[in-house]
Amino acid sequence: MSESTGLIAKLNAINEYERQPIPENKLRGWKKFIGTYAGEHTAGTEFVLGPLFVAHGATAIDLVTGLLIGNILAVLSWAFFTGRIAVKTRLTLYYQLEKIAGSKFTLLYNLVNAGLFCFLAGAMIAVSATAVGIPFNLEMPTLTDVLPNSLGWVLTVFAIGTITTIVAMFGFEQVSKFANIAAPWMIMVFIAAAVGVLPRLGINSISDFWPVAQETIWSGVPLEGQSKFTFWHIMFFAWFCNMAMHIGMADLSILRYAKKWTAGFSTASGVFLGHYIAWIASGILYSLFLLESNNSLTFAPGPIAYEAAGIAGAICVVIAGWTTANPTLYRAGLAIQSINPNWKTWKVTLFVGLFTTIAACFPALVMQLLEFVALYGLILMPLGAVIFIDVYYMERWGLRSNYASLSGKKLNPAVAFTWVVTLGFCLALNLLMGIEIFFLGLPGWFIAVIAYLVFSKLFQKPLVSSAYLQETIAEKELN
Amino acid sequence: MKNLIIILSIIGLLLTIIPSFLVFSKYIEPATSKILMFIGTLIWFLTAPFWLNKSTEKSEI
Repeated sequence: MSESTGLIAKLNAINEYERQPIPENKLRGWKKFIGTYAGEHTAGTEFVLGPLFVAHGATAIDLVTGLLIGNILAVLSWAFFTGRIAVKTRLTLYYQLEKIAGSKFTLLYNLVNAGLFCFLAGAMIAVSATAVGIPFNLEMPTLTDVLPNSLGWVLTVFAIGTITTIVAMFGFEQVSKFANIAAPWMIMVFIAAAVGVLPRLGINSISDFWPVAQETIWSGVPLEGQSKFTFWHIMFFAWFCNMAMHIGMADLSILRYAKKWTAGFSTASGVFLGHYIAWIASGILYSLFLLESNNSLTFAPGPIAYEAAGIAGAICVVIAGWTTANPTLYRAGLAIQSINPNWKTWKVTLFVGLFTTIAACFPALVMQLLEFVALYGLILMPLGAVIFIDVYYMERWGLRSNYASLSGKKLNPAVAFTWVVTLGFCLALNLLMGIEIFFLGLPGWFIAVIAYLVFSKLFQKPLVSSAYLQETIAEKELN
Repeated sequence: MKNLIIILSIIGLLLTIIPSFLVFSKYIEPATSKILMFIGTLIWFLTAPFWLNKSTEKSEI
């Protein structure tokens, strides 16, 4: 009980400025953000995403250039979209959204976010399970697996899920600190593991690298049952894999501490370490596995890292998966708890942990991680577009910013309709025109912008000033 | 004392990454590299908590 009280007290301290702008003396320079982002984007997902590019038959030149341009676009999105709005409003996404869309809408947003968090945490629990299962000679899942392939897999996932849930219930801050410590070491293990296996791929000098990269590592031939990835797939994926964070504005919560909007450029440390070097490194490891296993469809980051870097590699997979799963699970719990703040945090986290662990038993969650990450960004993107328009353009169009807050509405229908119409449009593009999920974010953003302006024109009503309102109430009371 | 711990942490990180380059250059065997990486890992995790999170706490991000 005392631990729980202590945890709540600590969380209250973390959330100190959730409903007010950051004071001047708490602002930080761009250097602080370099470390924050470098740690955040070297995670368990990197062990899966890099290999999936190999599985989808990316060519070496497409990968190198697609990741370069996509990552640059992501950094620019962080700086010009999130950074600019963050220093202008200095509010979290949740509070900004509440002011624009209302408290009931924010509740709905939190629920959707919680569901997405659960699946992401589940995928990371499964990644950790592939490393924990090594000493037990666990049968690993394959790329085409949807259902759990053995009782051993289910038991391993449940063991990790239980530990992750218990830690999320009691020790969020410690895990967060541990993740910060692990981050620099993890990137070293990624690089070391890849460099150490280069001779086994036939690379014995730097000049050997590019020919082998083209012919063997990223040969351009997708594995059985996998779709073919082009330059455009890779570029858009690199740009939009964190769409929820930049264009979707989730990182307002981080960048609101920045002295200048240019701190958004600090995200380059994260994307170029995590989404460039780490993806290339994990792709190299997977390619060696395919070569030595004669294109086996088994997909297990744990044994692959163990084979390349020994115990340090296996530990890296466990830590990377766990340090990603744990805070994600915790955030999901908090989001669910927002439905009813009287619910006990630990009970909600326990429920969320159980749901996440059951989801983690299904290998499809890991094997479809590229699609899931793209979907995650796409679902939350329209609300980023709403915030962008609301902060910059509403007044110019004769409309009111922060309409829910000004009108006292708990649900701004313009935002709700914008969300539904945008996602409906994206679904239609996907189903009727066959446009893949990786490409839907860009047209979707423009639709969200137009829809929000149109629906705001339709739904916004002239607001009486608060002074007038108070006067009217006083008059009524007198009569 | 703090500087010594930081130096040890850096040695831990270097022990994690340099052996693989020595494998690439054929100076050591992969098995030796894996042992050195594990030792580097231990050194890093035993020393980094004493200094790394302190600067993170100050950042309040």
